[in-house]
Amino acid sequence: MKQYGWGLPLAASSYAGSIDFGIYLIHAVMILIFIIWGVFFTYLLIKYRKKTGVAAQRDEAHGVFKSLIPDLIVMVFEIVLIAVYAIPVWSKIKIDTPASGNVNTVAIEAQQWSWNIHYPGPDGKFGKTESKYVHFSNPIGLDYNDPAAKDDIVIANELHLPVNEPTVIELTSMDVIHSLFIPEFRLKQDAVPGMKIPVWVKPTKIGTFEISCAQLCGMAHSFMRGKVVVQSRADYDAWLKSREPQSAQPVSASEAF
Amino acid sequence: MSQDSHSSSKPFYRYFFSTDHKVIGLLYTITALFFLLCGFMLMLVMRWQLAFPGSPIPFLGHILSPALAPNGVMTPDFYNALGAMHGTIMVFLGIVPLGVGGFGNYVLPLQIGAEDMAFPRLNLASYWFFLLGGLLMLSSFIMPGGAAQSGWTSYPPLAIINPGQTVWLFAMVMLITSSLLGAVNFLVTSFNMRALGMKLSRLPIFVWAQIVTAFLLLLAFPPLEAASVLQLMDRIAHTSFYLPQGLVILGMRHIASGGGQPLLWQHLFWFLAHPEVYVLLLPAMGIVSEILANNTRKPIHGYNVIVGSMIAIGILAFVVWAHHMFISGMSAVLSDFFLVTTMIISVPSVAILTSFVFSLRGGSIRFTTPMLFALAFLPMFGIGGLTGLPLGLTVTDIYLHDTYYIIGHFHYIVVPGSLLALMGGVYYWFPKWFGRKMNDTLGKWHFWTSLICMNGIFFPMFIQGLAGQDRRYYDPMAALHSVPTQPLHVVSSVFAGLLFLAQIPFIYNFFHSIRHGEKTDDNPWQATTLDWACPSPPPHGNFTKPIRVYHGPYEYSPVGHKTDWVPQNEEVLA
Amino acid sequence: MSSSTATLVHQPGESTGVTNAKLGIWLFLASEIMLFSTLFTTYIVLRLGAASWPRGWDVLNVPLGMLNTFVLITSSVTMVMAYAKAHDRDLKGFQRYISLTIFLAFVFLIVKGFEWDAHFRHNEFPSTSIFHAVYFTLTGLHGLHVIGGIIVNSGLLYLSRTDFDHPLFVGRVEGAGLYWHFVDIVWIFLFPALYLL
Ligand code: HEA
Ligand code: HEA
Ligand code: CUA
Ligand SMILES: [Cu+2]
Repeated sequence: MKQYGWGLPLAASSYAGSIDFGIYLIHAVMILIFIIWGVFFTYLLIKYRKKTGVAAQRDEAHGVFKSLIPDLIVMVFEIVLIAVYAIPVWSKIKIDTPASGNVNTVAIEAQQWSWNIHYPGPDGKFGKTESKYVHFSNPIGLDYNDPAAKDDIVIANELHLPVNEPTVIELTSMDVIHSLFIPEFRLKQDAVPGMKIPVWVKPTKIGTFEISCAQLCGMAHSFMRGKVVVQSRADYDAWLKSREPQSAQPVSASEAF
Repeated sequence: MSQDSHSSSKPFYRYFFSTDHKVIGLLYTITALFFLLCGFMLMLVMRWQLAFPGSPIPFLGHILSPALAPNGVMTPDFYNALGAMHGTIMVFLGIVPLGVGGFGNYVLPLQIGAEDMAFPRLNLASYWFFLLGGLLMLSSFIMPGGAAQSGWTSYPPLAIINPGQTVWLFAMVMLITSSLLGAVNFLVTSFNMRALGMKLSRLPIFVWAQIVTAFLLLLAFPPLEAASVLQLMDRIAHTSFYLPQGLVILGMRHIASGGGQPLLWQHLFWFLAHPEVYVLLLPAMGIVSEILANNTRKPIHGYNVIVGSMIAIGILAFVVWAHHMFISGMSAVLSDFFLVTTMIISVPSVAILTSFVFSLRGGSIRFTTPMLFALAFLPMFGIGGLTGLPLGLTVTDIYLHDTYYIIGHFHYIVVPGSLLALMGGVYYWFPKWFGRKMNDTLGKWHFWTSLICMNGIFFPMFIQGLAGQDRRYYDPMAALHSVPTQPLHVVSSVFAGLLFLAQIPFIYNFFHSIRHGEKTDDNPWQATTLDWACPSPPPHGNFTKPIRVYHGPYEYSPVGHKTDWVPQNEEVLA
Repeated sequence: MSSSTATLVHQPGESTGVTNAKLGIWLFLASEIMLFSTLFTTYIVLRLGAASWPRGWDVLNVPLGMLNTFVLITSSVTMVMAYAKAHDRDLKGFQRYISLTIFLAFVFLIVKGFEWDAHFRHNEFPSTSIFHAVYFTLTGLHGLHVIGGIIVNSGLLYLSRTDFDHPLFVGRVEGAGLYWHFVDIVWIFLFPALYLL
């Protein structure tokens, strides 16, 4: 299947299917409503165009109720949609996020204009970060006095994920609001400075996908992109291992500029 | 209001300092049309970049300063400035002043049988705040920091660190002041200045639309005013209302105390801006009702349903704002609440649209130029409104948020919807304004070409949005997922250029007809409402005889009457 | 206005029964309420979200704030008196009380000025902390409204020399009074919110 085209991109996460289902369903209904409506509209325009000698006919008083029938239909449809689709699926995607720590966890700290991807390293703990330590060799300001920081991995613009496993991404930003958008995952979440927002995803396909930034963040907003590499667990572990810091020096992310 | 302020012989004073609602209304109309044209031209420049990213802009490229367009290619910052200003100008300086300031001012007092607005001098002040605020907004392009470039939504922290925003905020405060003065004036006028017998249940729907609009402006704008003042403080006094602690901007630590919240602005902004989108819509709906009733020659179907729905929209508009913030990081549980309110607010819109359609049934439809514009509003608003549903649905909005789908959604409502309806209003009331008609053939050409072009511009955006094309992108080709749909950008841009050409007959027709249009009598459309019961153009004070209202607004084709219309001020025995 | 249309103008509002000016003022106040509600909401949201928030009385001068509260309440009383005198067609009395109101408004601003000045001399500016940002912005906006009140009331004082017998004059005083009470009420909320909580 082609990754990108004129329709929805390839679906590559566990919940992409439910989102696509909604999009297809609602568009089918919208098109149906619009066609029925359009036919009726055109019919009225032709039938009741001005003809000499035929006067307009005023409505009867009880006709008003009939015009509320479409409303009723639309309302019922909406209630069903809300109750059986929107609320449950929304809960699954955005509310029932697995607790970070129990599952594979990654932190992403966005900045103008790159994504700093932060892995906790073998100890599974993220080192503390503070703005006063930010330096071009330490883009997210890891505090190396914190033992948990020593084995952390920081890379710009390349997110690796294991396939078929949920991963929690803790999103934040250093400067302005950005938005993490991975079309194939149907994942989108704003990264807001001062907030740590967890989102989760379970990739279902191995491959390389795209990260783009969906929130206006200044000059290079459209160029703020990265890639997602989904790998088998074994490849993922191997990759992580290869990235572990030899000394206490983090991998530079200065290529971001 | 004194006679001498109108009889001043200097034309400048006669036009720009008149307190006559009709003169102010026309000033508003022409100024707003001018701003619309400005906003459109900014967009044409952007559309070039979107269709052919990175190639020099023809003609303009040489004129623009190298800071904005080195070698004729626009910079990303300039693109962002154009986008922010396009949105701001179109919304706050174009459609709203045209619908409320222009049509509202001119038509509302006439339709309720008033001699003028309740506070004529306040009305003039409101126009001047609008004009100066608008000119200030436009002039920001030539000011040192350039124009605002953080989107019309001006989300902090970006808006606080970007140049140009200060002027935007000052101009916004002036525009808000103008709208507030206007809203008070409209409400007092419609409640207190009605002619004898003009009960609320006899008000034309246009007036009801203006009343609901005025309430929205009155209650929704002050929060934005407060929010703007806070953002201004953040910029000028270096407070941190919207800035959290420890920001690092391009590697530099930002010196600010911190402790603020970026999301606070979004809540305050959308608390205004959602009601604002209905302000873009309701006056247009009002115009459509007038034109529909007049050209179907029968009473509008479901007057009570329409008025009730408008009021319902007005109330509900205050509780849906956070549907713009589903993925902003706001509590995900809160989203469920806004999902439900958003779905509820679509119900009255459907009711209004259905009533409009049912109004056609049994009619004797005259396809006059204004009628074509009003009819086109119905399916176009239908498309725009229906595509609001997948956005309101939290789940599908995850994917569609901030893509071109949204651009398509609201432009369908606002351009081939509201803007077309407002243009229809120009054709409809032109005979009232100047005592002459606009040319019909040119009008029909204008209509068909505009309608086709508008669809050509905005329909491709839905496809692009579904393919994931992000909005506010200087270089749409930068994202792999939007490369396949890039040809659609070319299609949009070509149609945008054609749309510009399609406006030339309109502009010519407008100015030519003021002097040379076909002369008409006072009531060329055989309409029932009071605006047609006075001379065209109405003299100062509007009505030449005392007005008394005997029945509802749309008494068309009553059985057994000699004509197929009965003016509201004509007493007929039942 | 021409006599033929005069019938249309001063026709009393059918459904409201109040004059244009009064209805206008009420609507204007509705929008003002929205403005200050927003500011108060902002205050609450920021305070709830803040890591720490100083006690008002540790940072601000409560006695001066108290004094100002008293001054404003008094000025509301004098405003009522001014309205009563205007209603009773007592020009001298009206001018006395409206002048007193204006004077008290100036007292309020001067006291506020001393407070601000003391803060500035202690190197406390709006940028110092989020608390200071809220304090200066809210009291500043309220101060602007006080200045607005001074302008309106001075205008009435000036007009009263020539227009005291104008049929709409009492209505104007009433409108100005409503506005002035509103400014007073805002302060009555602001004072405890900032100084005492
Ligand atoms: C005039 C302007 C206008 C109007 C009327 C609307 C109307 C609606 N809008 Fe829209 N909207 C905007 C202007 C408008 N909007 C703008 C400017 C933005 C973007 C702002 C930005 O980010 O820059 C936006 C964004 C926007 C979003 C945010 C998307 C996002 O950022 O993620 C959402 C989400 O809920 C939304 C929803 C809706 C809904 C549900 C309606 C409903 O009210 C629509 C109701 C109408 C209908 C449902 C159609 C009518 C019915 C028929 C066709 C008849 C049907 C059938 C029969 C008769 C049988 N809109
Ligand atoms: C009321 C609102 C309104 C209106 C009318 C329009 C009209 C148009 N808009 Fe826009 N638009 C917005 C509000 C509006 N827009 C907003 C809020 C945004 C978001 C900004 C942001 O991201 O921050 C946006 C963004 C936006 C984008 C996305 C940019 C991006 O994300 O990077 C695009 C892209 O094509 C676009 C295109 C157009 C086009 C081609 C028109 C055209 O259809 C214009 C049509 C205009 C006319 C036809 C002119 C009519 C006037 C006359 C003919 C004058 C006559 C004069 C006399 C008689 C005196 N608009
Ligand atoms: Cu980061 Cu847009
Ligand atoms: Cu909205």
